[in-house]
Amino acid sequence: MRKGRFGQDSTKGIVAKIVLLGLVDALAVYVLMMLFLSQSWGALGVSSAVVLAINWIYLRKGGLPAKYLAPGVLFLLVFQVFVVLFSGYIAFTNYGDGHNSTKDDAIAAIQLTAQKRVPDSPAYKAAVLTKGNDFYLLFTDPDGKATIGSTGTPLKEVPDAGTDSAGKANSVDGYQTLTFQEIVANQQEILAITVPVSDNPADGTLRTADGSNAYEFKPALTYDAAADTFTDTDTGAVYRDNGKGAFADGNGETLTTGWKIDVGMENFARAFTDPSLRGPLLGVILWTFTFAVTSVALTFALGLFLAVTFNREDLRGKKVYRILMILPYAFPAFLSGLVWSGILNPQFGWLNQTLLGGATIGWLTDPLLAKVSVLVVNLWLGFPYMFLVCTGALQSLPTELDEAARMDGAGPWRVFRSIKLPLLLVSIAPLLISSFAFNFNNFNVIYMLTGGGPRFADTDRDIGATDILITLVYKVAFGQGTGRDYGLASALAIIIFIIVATVSAISFKQTKALEDVNS
Amino acid sequence: MKGTPMKVQNTLTSGTSRRVFTAGALSVVAALALSACGGASATAPATATAKPDLKSAGAGTITMWVDAERSPALKDITAKFQADTGIEVKLVVKDFAAVRDDFITQVPTGKGPDLIVGPHDWVGKFVQNGVIAPIELGDKSSAFQESSVKAMTFNGSVYGVPYAIENIALLRNTDLVSDSAETLDEVVANGKKAVADGKAKFPFLVGMDPKQGDPYHLYPLQASMGSQVFGQAADGGYDPKQLLIGDAAGVEFAKKLVAWGDTGEKIINSNITGDIAKEKFLAGESPYFLTGPWNVPDVQKKGIKFAVDALPTAGDKPAQPFIGVNGFFISAKSANALATNEFVTNYLTSEAAQDSMYKAGGRPPALKASFEKAASDPVVEAFGKIGATGVPMPAIPEMSAVWADWGATELALIKGQGDPAADWAKMAASIKAKIAG
Repeated sequence: MRKGRFGQDSTKGIVAKIVLLGLVDALAVYVLMMLFLSQSWGALGVSSAVVLAINWIYLRKGGLPAKYLAPGVLFLLVFQVFVVLFSGYIAFTNYGDGHNSTKDDAIAAIQLTAQKRVPDSPAYKAAVLTKGNDFYLLFTDPDGKATIGSTGTPLKEVPDAGTDSAGKANSVDGYQTLTFQEIVANQQEILAITVPVSDNPADGTLRTADGSNAYEFKPALTYDAAADTFTDTDTGAVYRDNGKGAFADGNGETLTTGWKIDVGMENFARAFTDPSLRGPLLGVILWTFTFAVTSVALTFALGLFLAVTFNREDLRGKKVYRILMILPYAFPAFLSGLVWSGILNPQFGWLNQTLLGGATIGWLTDPLLAKVSVLVVNLWLGFPYMFLVCTGALQSLPTELDEAARMDGAGPWRVFRSIKLPLLLVSIAPLLISSFAFNFNNFNVIYMLTGGGPRFADTDRDIGATDILITLVYKVAFGQGTGRDYGLASALAIIIFIIVATVSAISFKQTKALEDVNS
Repeated sequence: MKGTPMKVQNTLTSGTSRRVFTAGALSVVAALALSACGGASATAPATATAKPDLKSAGAGTITMWVDAERSPALKDITAKFQADTGIEVKLVVKDFAAVRDDFITQVPTGKGPDLIVGPHDWVGKFVQNGVIAPIELGDKSSAFQESSVKAMTFNGSVYGVPYAIENIALLRNTDLVSDSAETLDEVVANGKKAVADGKAKFPFLVGMDPKQGDPYHLYPLQASMGSQVFGQAADGGYDPKQLLIGDAAGVEFAKKLVAWGDTGEKIINSNITGDIAKEKFLAGESPYFLTGPWNVPDVQKKGIKFAVDALPTAGDKPAQPFIGVNGFFISAKSANALATNEFVTNYLTSEAAQDSMYKAGGRPPALKASFEKAASDPVVEAFGKIGATGVPMPAIPEMSAVWADWGATELALIKGQGDPAADWAKMAASIKAKIAG
């Protein structure tokens, strides 16, 4: 106990602590109860541990750093680490369209959709009755004949059934008729009733979906739980678990609904062997680096130039200029992308129409010009950020340095080049690296402006001259084939992450060197 | 199940709130009470004589995902349902752009809604992911336009209750061209005459996405030349194994695209986006605009006199548009499936509900009785008539492999790049490869 060091907690502090901790615990208890109700045991365990840890951290004396760090670490875990780990997990599964849930869900869904109404069978009116603990369905066929039955109890005619004004049978002696509310309250049991039409189960069964209408159904596929196979009742074809998250017959024909399975490294293998990726990959990677590096260089150069220009003490209207300068930064990037794509329209765009007097230059349709256009638009979008950070960094430089250099006879360029820029870079270099990482994955600009086009002529896939890795990933994982493939997308995202992380790590090392030189 | 626990918890809370119980102890008590009661309700035989408490059965509400535009139109019918049955239909307004994917990811977790509103071409993806249940319309299906029920049918089962049909038509500015025409050649001739007379600047307008073309708007022309995307299976649905797009008729259409495009007659202009086309038509600069009902209100607002013409043919077959059918789908994992089925098959199929949806959206209703009332508006009648000749946009999952190649190839041909026969064949091969996976 080192009470002396921090002194006694003030009463206000204790009250605040109790109130805040109380609120957190109240919320936690609510969450835990919800988790308990939904029987999510794993989440319940983790959440309980977190709640206990939070209480321990804040209730104990001492351990001050933990008290400061706990909220941040918690949010880091929830919003970053968990998401990253989850993507990592998805990368090793075949999660995506057609592989959306568990095998049990898939079997249930196949059985559900396999129930086909018997062609030309009559539509029955239905009532739900009960006797003892069992439910019965009372049917009225279109001719007014009443029959009753239940699961395992084939249809039996009941000539003496009571009917309502419309002629629908609604009561039988010895049975109780359920109201709609009672039917809904027992819906799981009632929906599960399948009344055999006759003693032969192959003739089909009567079911009701709404408690008032019933139809004859026959399954197009029957599931054999012991053998884990579906059999087509028409053709006799047997569908087996093909080990890839689907039921397939001997010809490789699969049933529509599959399930999620772990596929190991398959997604990563596909990333390097899929012809649609491998062919244009090199070009796309080169362009991604060009795009990211050039974007950072251009935006930094323009931002720095403007920052230096507008940093003059004696400039009038500085504030107005600065606000105007920041405007592009305030627009959502995807909106700007769309607006620019209109401005750059070859025939109707403002650029060609007004500025270039009716020229028809394909700014977004010529492969080379499209690349230039993307860079220019990204420059427009990105320079305000650089302008802001450079202005801030410039203003934090001590003016004495400037004066001292001038005293020593250095010109403005020399001052900038040898004194200001190196000092600026110390604080701005990390931002340049983050800007690189951002532009490396700058999906909005590419997707909204060119959609990655114009398409390469030499590939039969939907990949074009301005596609960067992230738009390529998007197209491959979501835009091609017959559905979205989250597994492949996650695997590709991890590969991109490795590239960006490597480049960033190397760059940060260089930045360290920069600091050493200056200190 | 969800209801009972809440009740228990409430009584406990009110009883103990004045005492100084720690929250943790309370939760433990509540949790124990819940589990006890949960076990009881599961094992006790359901006695129908007991007064049913729908809330305790977890059946007190139906949750429906709907977008902001359609939500108000459903207020009346949900109020009626609640008055009749005591079950509340909760309309949860969701962002339309994300609702399909959210539905697919959330249904398996059990947190999805019971019901969702959307277009029929989601059905294939929903079935593929096992998230929707078939709906048996019974005799009611004959009360709907045949094409709308057909659109909702997938693998021989109906999966949705349709309420509106949407398709494109040819809008004609009657001040510029007074008579309707049947073939594209006549349409183009009329348009060129209007341009030659100085009354218009563009003979014909159709919006093109500068990135991916617009095969949807061009499909009637393609169909009129006898080219289809997929053939039909025995049950009338599309068969993904019969990819017909690359056949000889398709190649003929490809050649026509070049002839109509930037290097040819310039009827279809790759630089004219949907927005530009609309702007030019609204400015009275073209007699024709190939578009859907979504642009009609603005045309009316602008005071342009127009007629809704049948789609022009480019070949000797009918110019069938793709129709899009909006409808209601039931989750495969609905905990309240029976009540949801009751609401969907017996309330949403009613004339009142379909009328109300028409008033909100302005699209021709799928229910015949409602359509007849709506058809007093000549625009709705004309769009409806054209829709009746249309074919459902393929809802099979394989269709998503078609769009990108289809659009990009059409766009390239319209721009006059490449050879129609070779490019079209390459496109068909690429689609086939994607479908094969």
